[in-house]
Amino acid sequence: MANLSFTANLLRHVETPSSAHDGATVGEVLESYFAEHPQVRNYLLNDQGAVRKHVSIFVNGRLIADRTRLTDPTTPHDDVFVAQALSGG
Amino acid sequence: MSSSPKPFPEDEMSSKILVGTRKGLFILTRDAGGAWKISADHFLGDPVPLVHCEKGGKRMLASLDLGHFGTKVRRSLDGGESFEEVEAPAYPEKPEGEIDKCPWREIDLPWTTKLLWSFGQGSDGVVWAGTIPGGVFKTADFGESWTMVRSLWDDPRRKQWTGGGYDFAGVHSILVDPRDPQQVTLGVSVGGVWKTPDAGTTWELVGQGQRAAYNPPELEFDLGGQDPHCIVQSPNHPERMWMQHHCGIFRSDDAGRTWIEIEDVAPSAFGFAVAVYPIDPDTAWFVPAQKDEHRIPVDGKVVVTRTRDGGKTIESLRNGLPEPPAFDLTFRHALDVDNTGNCLAFGSTTGSLWVSEDQGDQWSVISEHLPPVLCVRFLD
Repeated sequence: MANLSFTANLLRHVETPSSAHDGATVGEVLESYFAEHPQVRNYLLNDQGAVRKHVSIFVNGRLIADRTRLTDPTTPHDDVFVAQALSGG
Repeated sequence: MSSSPKPFPEDEMSSKILVGTRKGLFILTRDAGGAWKISADHFLGDPVPLVHCEKGGKRMLASLDLGHFGTKVRRSLDGGESFEEVEAPAYPEKPEGEIDKCPWREIDLPWTTKLLWSFGQGSDGVVWAGTIPGGVFKTADFGESWTMVRSLWDDPRRKQWTGGGYDFAGVHSILVDPRDPQQVTLGVSVGGVWKTPDAGTTWELVGQGQRAAYNPPELEFDLGGQDPHCIVQSPNHPERMWMQHHCGIFRSDDAGRTWIEIEDVAPSAFGFAVAVYPIDPDTAWFVPAQKDEHRIPVDGKVVVTRTRDGGKTIESLRNGLPEPPAFDLTFRHALDVDNTGNCLAFGSTTGSLWVSEDQGDQWSVISEHLPPVLCVRFLD
């Protein structure tokens, strides 16, 4: 199972507890997470299911390549981290 | 100048104002001494482009533009004491190969909610929401779930809408006829005025009489190329609508089908916001700016303009408003009038908020240090 964790900046808006999930791709890991935490989905993904512009997803510290279909592969014990670019004044 | 309309008794005047800003939602309350003060805040740090207060003052919806995390909707069932997250309108899956571009910019239209820009509610309780990039949604359960009005989104004429100040077109005004909730009028920037007689099953592009000076001469009166900035409907005389258009002020006497341009408007006919007096449809207020390429007050003077005679004459009101130089601009949703028509409030992009309790004759500054004000709404 891949370990999924989130930027603390999300906590202000929605609960995002870390947890482990099965899945052969980033998309499958996220779908497994959304099944338990459906309210998190539209904070990370837009209406078309792609990663939001200012959200980034890393697998073992490496940015995923496919932000549209989330097909980057994952293996058990991978660390999947959801980050956000803070900006504005 | 005509005489002032007879006001309702003062004890019916609204005592709460919701102010959505770039950095939170503020609730202002009028105390026993008549002073307006911030009594509560919500969502500090987050943009709140719009709030909708249901008649009765208990239920409300607030849109949050979280930027990084998208548009969200928060609902209150207790008059703004507390809010909970409910569903946000979501676009359908874009079919593979579907070509959908802003015709002016030739850039792909995102099938995702970029901004929740308008709310409307009729006597049947259904709430309508308009968005950028142009989708319209309805909820029958006050935000538990939303359904897109596909008849409009799938209408090929919708693909002719273009962005104005934003990259993509949006629906900023939704007017549900108080006599019949099936009859709804939309204001689209840039896309004109649209009407449905059957709650969104069919749509008609209307609005003859509008004039788009920015278009080439052949397209000056093209209905779909018009840029209404904000439209309001008289609650007691729904055939009367007022519009602040990109190119002037317009009045309709047939619920938006045709429009009459109000001419010779001083100090300027450009602006975004408009409010109509709920009792007498001939009375309306506007907050002008110099012109489209100079979105600042004329001569540095913040004024509210008012007509009491259906647009035959326009007067400038500035008692209590700042002396020059002032650079306050008022967005389209940042002016409101309460149900009595006595109390007005408006806010500015530089964080000022003013209230008048005598229909605009005299203004009091409530704050000059708010974040940029995006919307102002009275609570019943």
